Amino acid sequence: MDWDKLVQLLVSGLTLGSVYALVALGFSLVYGILKLLNLAHGDVLMVGAFLGWGILGWLGGAQDPSVAVWLLIVLMILGAMAGCGFLGVAIERFAYRPLRRAPRIAPLISALGVSFFIQNSVLLLFGANFRSYETFDLVDVEVGISWGPLNVWIIRLIVMGSAFLMMAGLWLLVTRSKLGKAMRATSFDREAAAMMGVDVDRVIVKTFFIGSALAGAAGVLVGLVFGQINHFMGFNYGLKGFTAAVVGGIGSIPGAMLGGLLIGLAEALSVGYIEDFTRGRLGSAFSDLIVFLILVIFMLLRPQGIFGKPDLKKV
Amino acid sequence: MSDQTPENLPSPGIGVDEWVASADERRARSLGGRVDDAFTRAPPVLKLLVLALPFAVFPLLVDSDYFMQVGVDTLIYVLLALGLNVAVGWVGLLDLGYVAFFGIGAYLYAAVASEYAGRYWEAQFAIPLIALAVAAVGLVVGIPSRRLSGDYLAIVTLFFLQLYLVVLVNASFTRGPNGISDIYPLKFFGKQVVSLDGYYYVALAAFILVVTALYLVNESRTGRAWRALREDELAAELMTMPVNRLKLMAFAIGAGVAGVTGAIFAPVQGAIFPASFDIVLLITVYAMVVLGGAGSLLGVIVGAVVINVSLEALRSPDDASWLFYGVVALTILLLGRPWWRGPVIILGTIAFGFVAHELAEQVRPSLVEGTSFGQARIDELVDSWVLLPVDIVTPDGLPAGAFGRLAYMGLVAAVLALTLIRKPLWRTIAIVPVLYLAACVWENLLVAQPAVARFILIGGMLVALMAFRPQGLFGKQRVEIV
Repeated sequence: MDWDKLVQLLVSGLTLGSVYALVALGFSLVYGILKLLNLAHGDVLMVGAFLGWGILGWLGGAQDPSVAVWLLIVLMILGAMAGCGFLGVAIERFAYRPLRRAPRIAPLISALGVSFFIQNSVLLLFGANFRSYETFDLVDVEVGISWGPLNVWIIRLIVMGSAFLMMAGLWLLVTRSKLGKAMRATSFDREAAAMMGVDVDRVIVKTFFIGSALAGAAGVLVGLVFGQINHFMGFNYGLKGFTAAVVGGIGSIPGAMLGGLLIGLAEALSVGYIEDFTRGRLGSAFSDLIVFLILVIFMLLRPQGIFGKPDLKKV
Repeated sequence: MSDQTPENLPSPGIGVDEWVASADERRARSLGGRVDDAFTRAPPVLKLLVLALPFAVFPLLVDSDYFMQVGVDTLIYVLLALGLNVAVGWVGLLDLGYVAFFGIGAYLYAAVASEYAGRYWEAQFAIPLIALAVAAVGLVVGIPSRRLSGDYLAIVTLFFLQLYLVVLVNASFTRGPNGISDIYPLKFFGKQVVSLDGYYYVALAAFILVVTALYLVNESRTGRAWRALREDELAAELMTMPVNRLKLMAFAIGAGVAGVTGAIFAPVQGAIFPASFDIVLLITVYAMVVLGGAGSLLGVIVGAVVINVSLEALRSPDDASWLFYGVVALTILLLGRPWWRGPVIILGTIAFGFVAHELAEQVRPSLVEGTSFGQARIDELVDSWVLLPVDIVTPDGLPAGAFGRLAYMGLVAAVLALTLIRKPLWRTIAIVPVLYLAACVWENLLVAQPAVARFILIGGMLVALMAFRPQGLFGKQRVEIV
C-alpha cells in the first residue's frame, strides 16, 4: 500500500469536494425554494472563474501583483461573488420569474438556453483558449503544511478553508437569521409563507444571489487550484454539483456539504486507483463512470439522498 | 378590451375552465394556432401528404449537390426532432441524454458496417436491429429515475451524455477523438446507396415511416395516456395508468428514433467523431422542438426545417447579414401593434443610425473608419450607417475588438432592461437605440464569428420563447394546474 499516494488523493479529493459542495449548496438552495433545477448554475461558476481572472489581471497579474497576495485572493473571491450574485439575480428575473406558473419543463428548457447563451457569450468575448491563473507564480508550491506523508499546498488549504467558512456562514444565515427563517418558510410552503407576510419574490431573489455568489467563489477556487479555466468548464462542475446535491439530499444544506465531499473523494480516489483495479483497461478519465454509478445507486436505493426526506406528494 | 367590465365579459360555458376557454380563444385568433387546428382536423392521409410532399418535391426543384446535402441534413434533424418530441412534447420529460442515443446509433452502424469493424451488414437488417438496441439502452438509462420526478431524469440523462462522451473519447474500441472514418455506405438487398440523392430518399423513407408510426402511436390509447400523464401525473396514476411504464416507453421510443437517425447519419457522413454528438447538438435539437411547438408534429417538423436552414444561411457572412436584418425587420413588422408601430420603429432606427453615425464622425472619426465584414450590397449601406471602428489598437489604447465586446455587453443589458419597460410609448422609443446597438454588435462582432453567433442566437431564442410564447409556433399553450 502506497500511503503517500493515498494521502495525496485524499487531500485532493477533499479540495475538489469542497468546491463541489459549494456548487451543490447553491443548487440545493434554489431547488429547495423554487423546486427548480438551475441548469445554468455551472455556467455561473464559469463566469466567476473569469471574473476572478479579470480581477487578477487588473491588479497586476500573478507575477507582479500590485497588492499583497492574501488581499488579492480575497478581492478575487469577493469580486467574483458579487458579480455572480448579480448575474444569478438577472437570470432569475429574466429567465425564471416569467415562468412561475408554466409547466415544469418550461423553466428547465429556459435554463438550457441561459446556459448555452452564457457559455457562448464568454466564448465570443474571450475566445476558446484556456486562460491561466498562473497560481504557481502567485504562491510558491513549497509553501504549505508538510508533516510525514502529508504535504498540503497552501492554496489547497485556502480552498478548503474558505469553502468551509462560507458553508458555516450559510448555515448560520439559514438557521439563525430572519432571512433564513423566511427562506425555510418559503421552501416549506410558498403560498402559506406569502400569506404570513413573507415577501416571497424578495426571498427568491436573495436566494439566487447567495447561491450564485457561492458558485462564483467556487469558480475562483477552481481557478486557483487547477490554474486553467475556459468557457466550457462550468458543465463538469455543474454536473458534479448536481450529483452531490442529489446524493446528499436535494434541498438539505448539510446534505449538500456531505454529498460534495463524498463525490470529490470518490472522484479523486477513482482517478488514482481505477487503472490499478482494472489492470490498465480503464484510464483515469473513467472516474466519471464511478461517480455516475454512485448517482445511479443512490437513485435506486435512496432517491431522497442521505439527509433528504422522502418526497411526499400533496394534492 | 379595456372597455370590458367583469359584468359584460363573455363567460365560458358550463363545465369549461375559464383559463382554458380564454387560451383557446387566443389560440383561435393566432395564425399558428389556426394552422395547427386545421391540420389536426384534416384526415390522416392528407396530413401525411402535407408533411411529406414538400420533402418529396424538394429534389426535383434543386440540382446542386450543396442543396441536396442541406436537404439530407434537414431530414436528419427533422428525424431527431421527431424523436425528441416524444419524450419532451408528448410526455413532458426532460431527456438531456438524447443525442447520446443518436450517437450510439451511429457508432453501432459503424460497428456492423465499416472496414474498421470488418463487417458489412445489409441495412434492412442493421437499421431495425440498431433501433431495437438503442431503444433498449434508452430503457436502461430511464430505469434509475423511474420512481422520481422529471428533474432527476434530467440529471441522470445529462450525466449519461457526459459519460457517453467520456467513453467515446477515451475508449480504444471507438478510436477516441479520431473517430471511425471508413464506414461503408448503406446496402439494401445487395445494392449500395452511392449518391447523395439516394441518401435523400432513404432519409425521406425513414421520415415517412417514423412520422406515420409516431402519428399512430399518438392517436392510440398510449398517446392519450401520455398526454394525460403530461397534464397531471398524479391524476393519471389514480386513473390506473401505469405511469412508470408509460414514461419508460416514451423514453425508449424516442431513443429508438434517434438510433435509426444515427444509423442513417453515419453512412451519409462516412466518418463519425465524438464531437458530432455533444451538448451543442442537443441544444440545437431542443431549439427545433421548442420553436415549432413541442407536442405538435407539424410544429416540430417546421421548427427543424426553419432552424437548420437558418443555421446553414448563417454560415456565409453575406447571407447572414440579409438573414439578420430581414428577420429583425420582419419580426418587428409582425409583432408591432397597432400596425403602424412596426414601420415607425424601423424608420426611426434608420434615422437614428444616420444621426449617430454623423455625430460619431464629428466627435471621434476613428469610430466609423472600419468597413463591414460582409461583401453583399447591403453592407455598403451598412458601412455608412453603423459605428465600425477600425479593428486595430484605437487611439484610446483599447485592445482590438474592444468596441464590439463592450457593445455586446451593453446590448445584453439593454435588451434585458427593455423587457422591464411596461409603457408602450416608452418601449417604442427605447427599442430604437437598442436595435441600432444590435446592428453595431452584429457588424462588429457576430458576423465575423458565425459559429458562436448562431449558438448565442439559439440560446437567447430558447429563453425568449419560454418567456413569451412557450407553445412555440404551432403548439398548444399549457398551464400548470395547482
